[in-house]
Amino acid sequence: MDITVKTAEELRLTAEEFELIQQKLGRTPNFTELCAFSGMWSEHCSYKNSIKWLKTLPRSGGRMLVAAGEENAGLMDMGNGWGVVFKIESHNHPSAIEPFQGAATGVGGIQRDIFTMGARPIASLNSLRFGNITDKKTQRLLSGVVKGIGHYGNCFGVPTVGGEVYFEECYHTNPLVNAMSVGIMQANKMVSATAKGTGNPVIYVGSATGKDGIGGASFASANITEESAEELPAVQVGDPFQEKKLLEACLEVIETGAVVGMQDMGAAGIICSTAEMSAKGEVGMRIDLDKVPMRQKNMKAWELLLSESQERMLMVVEKGREQEVIDVFEKWDLSCSTIGEVTDDGLLKFYMHGELEAEIPAYELVLGGGAPQYTREYKEPAYFEKINAFDINNVTDINAADIKATAEQLIQIPNIASKRWVYTQYDSMVGAANASTNAPSDAAIVLAKGTDKALAVTVDCNSKYVFANPYVGGMIAVAEAARNIVCSGGEPLGVTNCLNFGNPYNPEVYYQFVKAVTGMGDACKKFNTPVTGGNVSFYNQNPEGPVYPTPTIGMVGVIDEFENRMTLDYKQAGDVIILLGKQQNDIASSEYLHKLKGVEYSPVPHFDLDKEFALQQFVANIIKEKLINSAHDLSEGGLLIALLEKGFNRDLGFEINATTDGIRNDAYWFGEAQSRVVVSCSKQQAEVLQQKAKAAGIAFTQLGTVTTDAITINNESWGSITVWKEKYDTAIEKLLK
Amino acid sequence: MKFGVVVFPGSNCDRDMQDALQNDLNKEVIMLWHKDKDLSMFSTEDCIVLPGGFSYGDYLRCGAIARFSPMMQSVIDFAKMGGKVLGVCNGFQILCESHLLPGVLLQNANQQFICKNVYISNNATGALKIPIAHGEGRYFANDAVLDELEKNNQVIFRYSDAAGLIDTQFNPNGAVRNIAGIRNKEGNVFGMMPHPERATSALLNNLDGKKVFEFLGLN
Repeated sequence: MDITVKTAEELRLTAEEFELIQQKLGRTPNFTELCAFSGMWSEHCSYKNSIKWLKTLPRSGGRMLVAAGEENAGLMDMGNGWGVVFKIESHNHPSAIEPFQGAATGVGGIQRDIFTMGARPIASLNSLRFGNITDKKTQRLLSGVVKGIGHYGNCFGVPTVGGEVYFEECYHTNPLVNAMSVGIMQANKMVSATAKGTGNPVIYVGSATGKDGIGGASFASANITEESAEELPAVQVGDPFQEKKLLEACLEVIETGAVVGMQDMGAAGIICSTAEMSAKGEVGMRIDLDKVPMRQKNMKAWELLLSESQERMLMVVEKGREQEVIDVFEKWDLSCSTIGEVTDDGLLKFYMHGELEAEIPAYELVLGGGAPQYTREYKEPAYFEKINAFDINNVTDINAADIKATAEQLIQIPNIASKRWVYTQYDSMVGAANASTNAPSDAAIVLAKGTDKALAVTVDCNSKYVFANPYVGGMIAVAEAARNIVCSGGEPLGVTNCLNFGNPYNPEVYYQFVKAVTGMGDACKKFNTPVTGGNVSFYNQNPEGPVYPTPTIGMVGVIDEFENRMTLDYKQAGDVIILLGKQQNDIASSEYLHKLKGVEYSPVPHFDLDKEFALQQFVANIIKEKLINSAHDLSEGGLLIALLEKGFNRDLGFEINATTDGIRNDAYWFGEAQSRVVVSCSKQQAEVLQQKAKAAGIAFTQLGTVTTDAITINNESWGSITVWKEKYDTAIEKLLK
Repeated sequence: MKFGVVVFPGSNCDRDMQDALQNDLNKEVIMLWHKDKDLSMFSTEDCIVLPGGFSYGDYLRCGAIARFSPMMQSVIDFAKMGGKVLGVCNGFQILCESHLLPGVLLQNANQQFICKNVYISNNATGALKIPIAHGEGRYFANDAVLDELEKNNQVIFRYSDAAGLIDTQFNPNGAVRNIAGIRNKEGNVFGMMPHPERATSALLNNLDGKKVFEFLGLN
């Protein structure tokens, strides 16, 4: 067959890229080679439109043990020789087409990134975004995605300990499914994703290769259109049972010491793992594709290279020690075959039936090597005009008499209401290490068994804020994640991010990307939480437009002494309720303004990075000094929602007497200005706290006291906390009936 | 009394069970591989535990393949000699498939996997807060079998509220007669859907699981 620009374009390469490939090879590639470039130079594998800006993020320092992007996932020092490995990844496009398998394989893929390094996954989280929950299509996607995540995670046996779910119209066609996994290991046992040692065998482990998921990486690098549904075979099918065996076998095989390097086969399957491992080790590989276990007959070389069949690993093993490795995989009834060997010429040579099918320098395929890197233009989006035109004075404030009715509406908005319908479908307790089940906190707290420490983990992003102001919104996403960890008694260690945006060739979308990354970077520097890695998902866009810019932040913190962990709920009647951080006359981008007042375009909520940092330092200190009994940060729905949420765990109410001091009623109770935390403590503790807050320059407002059951606000009775809890718990369930 | 915990491919609560027994209940634990058969290190005073998880991927039917594994043949013999056997969640399903316990476990009434704390009760323990995590936990047997179970006092736990009130509204999965766990007539084989091993640590703020092991005489 003749290979032309047209062939390249059909494989989603541009004319310029086709020319570049010809230059690099010094000849026209054959079809198999062109497929290899198509997979490796796809947005998903090459980061060609994002890497320039990702490099501006703080990617080293802190407690990082490997630099960002060097390995399959980030590794950070937990102390005492232990490391925590974590990463977040998107599976948006597959989930839009086939929600159950799309989400399931997203969970499976991220787990492999963790255990391929030698870590045992101990916690999963996810961040999900859908359209309007009352829409039938959304309900189908929601139930499919949740079932898929549960199907894979529950069987694989890692607890899903945290997450977020948002419903906004912009995600109607493009739902977002971001999955994160966190594992622990003895840091000196890390297995690198490197090929080394000429003559060392290359071993393929796990499920056989089929035609599923072919072109998945390039599929994820295009807009979703009606035709996308016809691309169903580009979605992979997962088998969590195989992966559970693969996990145990891989951890066991690493113990033999015979493994030189290992990488999972995810996007762009065999071509990606062979290219990346070879390029990293500055070696080549000779691979006999006939030796790859196949699920179907007559598979072609290009299909074998690009297949994204799940639950597969590529391993380079010390020559002569193959049997030790084979023994372990046989024990776990996993197929394992030597498919080639490491060479010293830097070339990937793929043979089939003895014929050379493809020959490409590994370096030319990979990010940081020959893969193109683009500088995209960007310009301020036109919709900013509408945001700038917002004037709070054009929004009528609510009367004091309407506060209760407003709170009742807000507590039942799907973005605020309990996500119980979702999370009870996930096994959140397997591993017997989830310390938040019976003692909830802002971040999930997971015991790191084998050590005397615990981890605090969270995923956060309010994309409406990022839409309103990508730079500040990006900072807020990081700040909120850090705040959640600090309010749980943890010390933030590092960040993994999942950057979900529209089409990067649209300058307005690219503006959102550039500014959000810059904001995240500035916040990460402030909190000393380097970005250890993550994933970029562009093309979350359809003919109606892009999704809100959604840079999901996954953050991991460490709790050195478990007795310093903090929980969010009121502990006993009589405790004093205190707001730390300043009230603002601000309703911008709040759920109240958007959902109840119908105003979509408004600025980002009030945020000051230095004040945020000071507040977090203060909260961290008073937790260590044992001055508070609970801490819960304010987020969607503002102060009143936080006060209610603090009561639900123990069915405790509260009595509040507040003077709004010239601040609007809606802003005071439902505004979403950042950098505020509600704590509770005894009267004696409160006195000390007030002195400390004054000395530290932290705004301190005594709001009221915890009660046994009843809620009273400014002498008005709001009834029992249990009635409010019922509304909060069942709101989503009622909408799904 | 020492414990053996069987590891099937797909078991995922095996380490939790080991951890709970060793570290929280101070028991000796030996991990047993499904391909092995040897139980000679155990006497009938000891207990073999079939842990939760998805043995053999739950293919065909939960527990249906595990029943035929080499180790299960030895466990069945061990039970018949009077040795103690406890099956939790998937382990309970395996015991039913192996006919060491009567009845079956069907898909939950709401067709969904459910993971949450529930309360389970009997006259001796009162209500205990224990987590469940299963998609197929709806215990079912015909009335004759159920009447026989009740007559012989073989129902060990039923779903209840925090005060011990047993009522269908507190039944998470639609189990017949609110049954959460049963034992065999001889009283040496126990099966239950809730996970006591997830509730034996002060760090997790729940010690009710210890009371389950005490009640079963496995302490």
